[in-house]
Amino acid sequence: MAETLLVAERLTRSFGGLFANRDVSITLARGEVHALLGPNGAGKSTFINLLSGDLAPSGGRITLRGLDITALPQHRRSQLGIGRSYQRTNIFPAFTVFENCRLAAQSRQPRAWHWFADARQDAPVRARAEAALARAGLAERANAVSATLSHGEQRQLEIAMVLATSAEVLLLDEPLAGMGADESARMVELVKRLRPDHAILLVEHDMDAVFEVADRITVMVEGSVLESGSPQQIRASTAVRDAYLGEPV
Amino acid sequence: MDLPTFLIQLLNAVQYGLLLFLVASGLTLIFGIMGVINLAHGAFYMVGAYLAFALTGATGNLLVAILLGIPLAFALGALLEWLLFRHLYRRDHLDQVLLTYGLILIAEEIRSLAFGDDVHGVDVPALFAASIPLTDMLSYPVYRLVISAACIVLAIGLFVLIRHTRLGMVIRAGSHDRDMVQALGIDIGRTYRFVFALGVALAAFAGMLAAPVSSVFPGMGNQVLIVSFVIVVIGGIGSISGALIASLVIGFADTFGKVLVPDFAGLAVYFVMAAVLLWRPEGIFRRG
Amino acid sequence: MNRVHARVRLGATLLAMAAIVAFPLTDSAFYVELLAKVLILAIFAMSLNVLVGFTGLVSFGHAAYFGIGAYAAVLLAPKYDPANLWLVLPGSVIAAGIAAFVIGLFVLRTRGVYFIMVTLAFAQMVYYIFHDGAFSGGSDGSYLNFKPSAAVGAFVPFDLTVPRHLCWFVAAMTILTYVALARLVRSPFGRILAGIRSNEQRMRALGFATFRYKLAAFTVAGAIGGLAGFLYAVLFGFVTPELFAWHQSGNVLLTVILGGVGSLAGSVAGAFAFVAMEEVFSGWTRHWQLVMGGVIVVVVLFLPGGLAGVPARIRRGFGAERG
Repeated sequence: MAETLLVAERLTRSFGGLFANRDVSITLARGEVHALLGPNGAGKSTFINLLSGDLAPSGGRITLRGLDITALPQHRRSQLGIGRSYQRTNIFPAFTVFENCRLAAQSRQPRAWHWFADARQDAPVRARAEAALARAGLAERANAVSATLSHGEQRQLEIAMVLATSAEVLLLDEPLAGMGADESARMVELVKRLRPDHAILLVEHDMDAVFEVADRITVMVEGSVLESGSPQQIRASTAVRDAYLGEPV
Repeated sequence: MDLPTFLIQLLNAVQYGLLLFLVASGLTLIFGIMGVINLAHGAFYMVGAYLAFALTGATGNLLVAILLGIPLAFALGALLEWLLFRHLYRRDHLDQVLLTYGLILIAEEIRSLAFGDDVHGVDVPALFAASIPLTDMLSYPVYRLVISAACIVLAIGLFVLIRHTRLGMVIRAGSHDRDMVQALGIDIGRTYRFVFALGVALAAFAGMLAAPVSSVFPGMGNQVLIVSFVIVVIGGIGSISGALIASLVIGFADTFGKVLVPDFAGLAVYFVMAAVLLWRPEGIFRRG
Repeated sequence: MNRVHARVRLGATLLAMAAIVAFPLTDSAFYVELLAKVLILAIFAMSLNVLVGFTGLVSFGHAAYFGIGAYAAVLLAPKYDPANLWLVLPGSVIAAGIAAFVIGLFVLRTRGVYFIMVTLAFAQMVYYIFHDGAFSGGSDGSYLNFKPSAAVGAFVPFDLTVPRHLCWFVAAMTILTYVALARLVRSPFGRILAGIRSNEQRMRALGFATFRYKLAAFTVAGAIGGLAGFLYAVLFGFVTPELFAWHQSGNVLLTVILGGVGSLAGSVAGAFAFVAMEEVFSGWTRHWQLVMGGVIVVVVLFLPGGLAGVPARIRRGFGAERG
């Protein structure tokens, strides 16, 4: 039985009178990639924001390994093992690739009150950053200023930063956005490599990638869950096909 | 405090709050729409007061002075926007703060060169020079009521502009998403110039109205500016209704603070701000 | 190319420091006092740079802590005797730091433009407290009757009533501040501040509790600003509420920008530039603030990198290679 890590129960988020998310529930288990699909405006970004703590829910509950984290702010959730990558690249553009990861790794041992030590000498932090970079396939680009990276490399850096925080639950928001075929394939391979050790929520539009890698799929429409099940189930579902209005499934 | 005194303070508080609203509304509009923080906004209030002094001296009547002064202030605002401020829209806040701080220095020295450093008075127009008696000994100046009335008329005008005109729609849209409005092809440059000039004219008008009551003196803009900042923080950037409510709150806090706690009267405003910061740091009427 | 560049920088720095140390040996009391004034502004500007340059927090109320440090020098001193420097200096720095901590608890709840406005407002509030309060001597200000004594028991290492000694003491404090902050910026704490400056939201997403780090930076900046204020009070012997005025906050912000945001050496250079401008312009006209205002407008519009950006611009201008 897979280890359940994150459970979201009936999460709701409204803005004024508008329900961006209504009663959305999901379970994330280690060793599983759970894909979240839906047309634009379905509320997928809102949902990831609710899980990561970027947004507070209007209703519902989130538990991590049984601990109720609904009221916890974002940085506490990160410390508890939830990591999130962003759809619009959200890095430190002026820092090198390595420094981006080093800073991410430092979050586990901030040593913030060491005012006279040199941050670059901290060996365990460096090691974690190097490992994350290697896993994400960015080791050769370590010294490049991250703003100069190609789009695909920046998406890899997004992932590397999350890995450097030793997160167990990975919330990946459209990691393939804007990528060409080769880069997408590499990213899919990366997700597969990460799967055994992590619980992964994958929000994506690239259907081929999703069906190649997902263990479970939840489809959202207009803020609510339309259907949730195995890839075969979703592929066969007429309701889902209607929702996408003829998009190839 | 007996009733007539209370009534006087109440009217004073409302009048002060409404004057502040004129200044603060310009500030919050300019920041909300164009994203520019303008430390020199108090200088426009001062410009209005000195314009009132100069023009009343020339024409003999404050009302005529105001009629002449408002278009002048509007034109000055448009000129400043074209010359300087439109370069600030894309700069970061630090640059905006510093440049507008430089403008304050320039404005203060120009004022010193043109009008000297003395305090000047402006006569209340004869039409409004009377007072309404409240008791045997206390009466309330009609002119102060006129100030409040004028501010209310302007506030209504602003609301109508923002909510019921096409320009107002552009303003509201621009305050939510500047780039989108531009992408829609609306000439945002002209809109910005208008909004900026309007903000300047509002502040100057407030200065003109206040001149007979508060006198015309160096540094009068600075105090108003800081209080306006507090109002914008409390009311929320970009919110006219927030600015109105916050202005009235500050008007009351300041007026009654001076009466009840005269020793540290100036601090009432800051206590209100501190309280709001603890409770709702983004302002009571934050946008969106 | 990089080696040479680094050597040139080191050489220039040592030369500047030597000049600063040697200068007070000349006998001109006026210039010695002027140098001390410049160095005090340098410390003040470096302290603000911790906020603006290291952390990305634009504070327009930093004068509050300068003023508190200055007033502390007067208020902590006994009435009829010189104070003990080794007690009253840390006392002033701590007072300013505490004030920064308390005010930080409020103002750091805001961001961006709100932050600029509330820092200004709180500085005004402090101004009013010292202006209206009886304890501070009101709007007339207060005198520091005696310069603090550096005596430790019977041993007197230096005498602050001698202008040269005072200037060297200020210079030592400047160097100490520079070295300490230069280490701070490279420390884990400094890297966290840099991350907050670059992308605070991502820092939170990565698990950093950003509020406490900003508060710490704010407190440190306030404490060092208080050090500058303390030295000011010792140098001039007189404090007024005008030390809290927003002109002070504006001037130190200008100094930081002149020197280049984020550059400690730039803050020192900026202090020299600012005081030089002040002296020159006030020599030309009574209305020298007009010229200063004009310079500010020009600098902001045309020199965004400040003085620290000038070497790079010169290199680019001469077609030299980067690095």
